[in-house]
Amino acid sequence: MKKLIAAAAALAVVAGSPLVAQASPEEDLKDFQAHYMKRFPGVSVDDYTNGVYAVNADARSSWESIEDFPPYDEALIQGEQFFNEKFANGKTYADCFPNGGIGIRQNYPYFDSESGDIKTLEGEINECREANGETPLKWKVGKLAAISAYMASTSDGKKLNVEVPDDPRALEWYNKGKEFYYSKRGQLNLSCANCHVDNPGMRIRADTLSPALGHPSHFPVWRMKWAAKDNSNDLGGLGTMHRRFGGCNKQVRAKPFPAQSDEYKALEYFLTYMSNGVPVSASRTRK
Amino acid sequence: MRKPLKIITSASAVAVILGTFSIVPQVTVAAEPSVATQGKELSFNKKKGNCLACHQIDDGDMPGNIGPPLFNMKERFPDKTTLRAQIWDSNKNNPNSMMPPFGRHEILSEQEIDKIVEYIYML
Ligand code: HEC
Ligand code: HEC
Repeated sequence: MKKLIAAAAALAVVAGSPLVAQASPEEDLKDFQAHYMKRFPGVSVDDYTNGVYAVNADARSSWESIEDFPPYDEALIQGEQFFNEKFANGKTYADCFPNGGIGIRQNYPYFDSESGDIKTLEGEINECREANGETPLKWKVGKLAAISAYMASTSDGKKLNVEVPDDPRALEWYNKGKEFYYSKRGQLNLSCANCHVDNPGMRIRADTLSPALGHPSHFPVWRMKWAAKDNSNDLGGLGTMHRRFGGCNKQVRAKPFPAQSDEYKALEYFLTYMSNGVPVSASRTRK
Repeated sequence: MRKPLKIITSASAVAVILGTFSIVPQVTVAAEPSVATQGKELSFNKKKGNCLACHQIDDGDMPGNIGPPLFNMKERFPDKTTLRAQIWDSNKNNPNSMMPPFGRHEILSEQEIDKIVEYIYML
């Protein structure tokens, strides 16, 4: 028995770091996706946009019946209205984005060679406001999340397509996110990868762990938990990816980083690149 | 003064003394549950061991399945100190272990770990 467990533990170490420290992003991506294809044969890359329901058949049917009457419908309608509202200067969000902001979610986040910065969709929504003399919106929830969710809904079905261009600064962002993902942190000493790479499909108490592959494909997400906490308006259940990152950091008793911090931008960049090819599905419900 | 100090530098002696202190009140104070019962409470408590998050244990409700079910512990761990070491710092055996290092990261106190060991060892 002891021997068996020792062998399993050794395996876990190997499985826990499918990415070699010095590999290129292209090689990482191949290994990362192969890890899931091997673990869940029969689950297609497309299906990973469904998060935990891609690998948990038991919970899937009740989730699908919720999706028949999505609780986030009203939030998407409001998101579209916010998106189309004119700023005081008469311009709109559409003026700030390529293709008027429609069908572009799959290209975020991206490395901006001019500033050397990572641009997230939420980051550019607020940049757009400030460039037009408006105050920035609160990150993570509410109006900003609704606009982001609406924009994502216009990309429904488009495959994530994030680039790490041949620029040492881009590679630095990528590696920063990768290191974050595999580093143990918090009093409970767990990395993101411990839960979402090493143990997808396994149960932590009553919760089945979702695969990391596809995580960024369906944000902002509508969570029953968030909706229950804030039912003051129709947007209470919505949260951005960085809101969820913070929640998962807190869960291991680590201090969360602020939304749109360099840490979370790098994390989003790495995680989205790893999910290239997974189709966007906007604002799905989750527990 | 010197002599007693020397004696308790040995770890096992500390354990004996601690053991004595923790067992005596249980015999005399009727309300105090047994060490194993306290250990079970600590193991199941979400804010303490929360071992059920990952292990099937005893009659624990809705256990996770990330770690192996805990039973037959005496057979698996003839030496109790090995069991305690796994709980104190799981990363010593497996640097990437999912299991939190309860002692090394001071998630639980030494006394709490002792009680959990007593309980788990009975399984
Ligand atoms: C202790 C286990 C654990 C750790 C460590 C952990 N998570 Fe999670 N995470 C969960 C659970 C449980 C859920 C909810 C069920 C699910 O979808 O996996 C979740 C959900 C998520 C989701 C939402 C998935 C969806 O479909 O909506 C994202 C994104 C996520 N985690 C990212 C991270 C990141 C990034 C880290 C590291 C900073 C991390 N997680 C660390 C347990 C963990
Ligand atoms: C987040 C997951 C997690 C939690 C919480 C957890 N464990 Fe574990 N435990 C594991 C895993 C995974 C293993 C397999 C060996 C390894 O990787 O360290 C393990 C192994 C063990 C072993 C060795 C089993 C054997 O047969 O070799 C014991 C004993 C143990 N755990 C006890 C506990 C106790 C007691 C608690 C609570 C105080 C606890 N664990 C909490 C995940 C966990």
